[in-house]
Amino acid sequence: MDTRDRILGHIRKGLGRSGPVSSDEAAALRAGLANPKPNLVPARSQVDRFDQIELFVAMAEEAAATVDRVGRLEDVPKAVSSYLASQNLPSDIVMAPDESLDTIPWDDRGMLSIRRGVPEPSDEVGLSATFSAIAETGSLMVTSGPHHPSSLNLLPDTHVVVVREDQIVGAQEDGWVRLRKSVEENGGLPRTVLFITGPSRSADIEQTLLMGAHGPRRLHIVLVESRDSDGGA
Amino acid sequence: MQSTSPRFRENAGEALRDASLQRALRNIPTGFIKKRQKAADRMPEFEDLRDAARDLKNRTLANLDFYLEEFESKVVANGGTVHWCSNAEQAREAILCICRLVGAETVTKGKSMIGEEIGINDFLEENGMTPVETDLGEYIIQLRKEPPSHIIAPAIHVNKEQVAEAFFEAHQDLDADRNLDQPTALLAEARGKLRERFLAADVGITGANFLIAETGSSVIVTNEGNGDLTQILPRIHIAIASIEKVVPTLDDASTLLRVLTRSATGQEASVYTTFSTGPRRAEDPDGPEQFHVVLLDNGRSEMMGTEFQEMLRCIRCGACLNHCPVYGAVGGHAYGWVYPGPMGAVLTPSLIGVDEAGHLPNASTFCGRCEEVCPVRIPLPKLMRHWRELEFRKGNPAIRFRYGLKAWALLARMPWLYRRIMGLAMHTLAGWARGTGVLQKAPLAGGWTAHRDMPAPEGATFQNQWRAHVARNRDSGT
Ligand code: SF4
Repeated sequence: MDTRDRILGHIRKGLGRSGPVSSDEAAALRAGLANPKPNLVPARSQVDRFDQIELFVAMAEEAAATVDRVGRLEDVPKAVSSYLASQNLPSDIVMAPDESLDTIPWDDRGMLSIRRGVPEPSDEVGLSATFSAIAETGSLMVTSGPHHPSSLNLLPDTHVVVVREDQIVGAQEDGWVRLRKSVEENGGLPRTVLFITGPSRSADIEQTLLMGAHGPRRLHIVLVESRDSDGGA
Repeated sequence: MQSTSPRFRENAGEALRDASLQRALRNIPTGFIKKRQKAADRMPEFEDLRDAARDLKNRTLANLDFYLEEFESKVVANGGTVHWCSNAEQAREAILCICRLVGAETVTKGKSMIGEEIGINDFLEENGMTPVETDLGEYIIQLRKEPPSHIIAPAIHVNKEQVAEAFFEAHQDLDADRNLDQPTALLAEARGKLRERFLAADVGITGANFLIAETGSSVIVTNEGNGDLTQILPRIHIAIASIEKVVPTLDDASTLLRVLTRSATGQEASVYTTFSTGPRRAEDPDGPEQFHVVLLDNGRSEMMGTEFQEMLRCIRCGACLNHCPVYGAVGGHAYGWVYPGPMGAVLTPSLIGVDEAGHLPNASTFCGRCEEVCPVRIPLPKLMRHWRELEFRKGNPAIRFRYGLKAWALLARMPWLYRRIMGLAMHTLAGWARGTGVLQKAPLAGGWTAHRDMPAPEGATFQNQWRAHVARNRDSGT
């Protein structure tokens, strides 16, 4: 008997079964996996869109992210360059080759020098978009993919993320609904779904909280107002 | 990992006399306990979430075989591999085999209790590889060549001077006169050193907080981001996990995450929560080329159908350690194996045998705090008591604390007294520590009485002290 069968056999014995679940039960359990339902979702995030946006901002700031709210996509380059200047950071950016960032008129702002692609160890500032954002915890929900390198979220010391208000959902469970829909449309789960809540930190030395452990020391969110407020992604 | 659990009493005695350890342990109450309370108070549904978490874990365990098979089929469908391992040796061999296939030299590691359980670092080292812990706390204790003393904060017993000492010793290529007085300087140095390692690694090993049957994903939760760099940068990602980590759906993981982060560190969410599914996709610009899950049993399947099945709900939040007066007094190393505190006292005898770990279920005041805070409502005192009863019935010589059982029975009938002892336990254990350090009298015998102005003669029987204590309490009208 191989190891797999031995382990499953022990489990079944403990459960008082001599073999796998019956085919009817298996079908019922499989249906549960195919149509997942949320468990208890806290009321905090189940509020109207306006309050969800405010909650997202408040929670992200509480997690030590900084949030800059701008009215239009056109305002993003200026917001990014002023942020970098205010932090005395270089204006060289490595940016995700994400098409959703292409609609931003980066050229209008000659001060930023932008390279698209995967970050090098020497890159200090990374800029990316997000798949969705979670109001309950102020988290970004980012996915990996051909145009979204995972290392961009972790390697550069400063991470700037452009979020549109219509990307904000209430709870993580609402994020899963969006993800499953996108998987259905585009086929296949991304290799990585990462929730980012504030910049990297560690409390491993005498429980003293220090920012910037291995991931970015700074997480800056540029939140773009969505004019047609019901336009879901 | 080799256990020293049979020496629990001696270990504990040494821990109580270790001044720097005692200083480090004093951080626990102000840190973890208050933060957890604050986070719980802020979430009106917290108690209901605990129920939901308990129920969904029970539901999963009731069909654990089904969910494991589903998980495996999803991993395979996404291009990954699952390695089923009965014991530590099989898991070590499986990992070594994968590492050898790519001629690995440097292996980075995210924090993993299963990694400790199978002793993977020593094994890889013996086989000519360089395993590097990347979680700051784990890195510190790896340099100090010692095991973690807490499942969430592995280096909680170490103070910053000791960290500096370890760094001076390990990073000899750096300026010997540099200043490492401040934690920020220590962190910056570790970050720099570990960056080099991340970029050089051939294989990255992480643990898994959860495995998802719906998608075949492994989930890790970190604040540092080390787990992500560990799995993104090398060519191979190995997730090591025990069989009870599987949950049905992504939504189930969301529920558990809410109680996990609050119970562990008092956070609303950890900084990085990562769901990884299979290797990088064909068009992906980065990510590992291979994804392996090493699925470890190591005695857990034998817990199914027994009283100890409930222990398989554990999500390793560490709250029971933080709230345990015995853990708070002696720290994690005294327990002698990977899992300390109340969860360790229940789990360790199941995993390494009661002959090795029979002492551990005695390391309790039965104050009940662990169960009060456990996010998945594991009845830890009941399970510890169950071990003791099993051993007592067998007449195991490891149980020299027979009065403990009687005392517990007494306490259980007198809730007011039970609660008072609970309130006192933290102080008293430390006080008892500074005294003779004779553990066999504690915690129900000499411990709390010493702090109550009652001159209990050395060597008085527990029953005598007990009667005196009860009489005194009656007088004071409690
Ligand atoms: S037993 Fe409960 S409190 Fe202790 S680590 Fe496990 S889940 Fe947390």
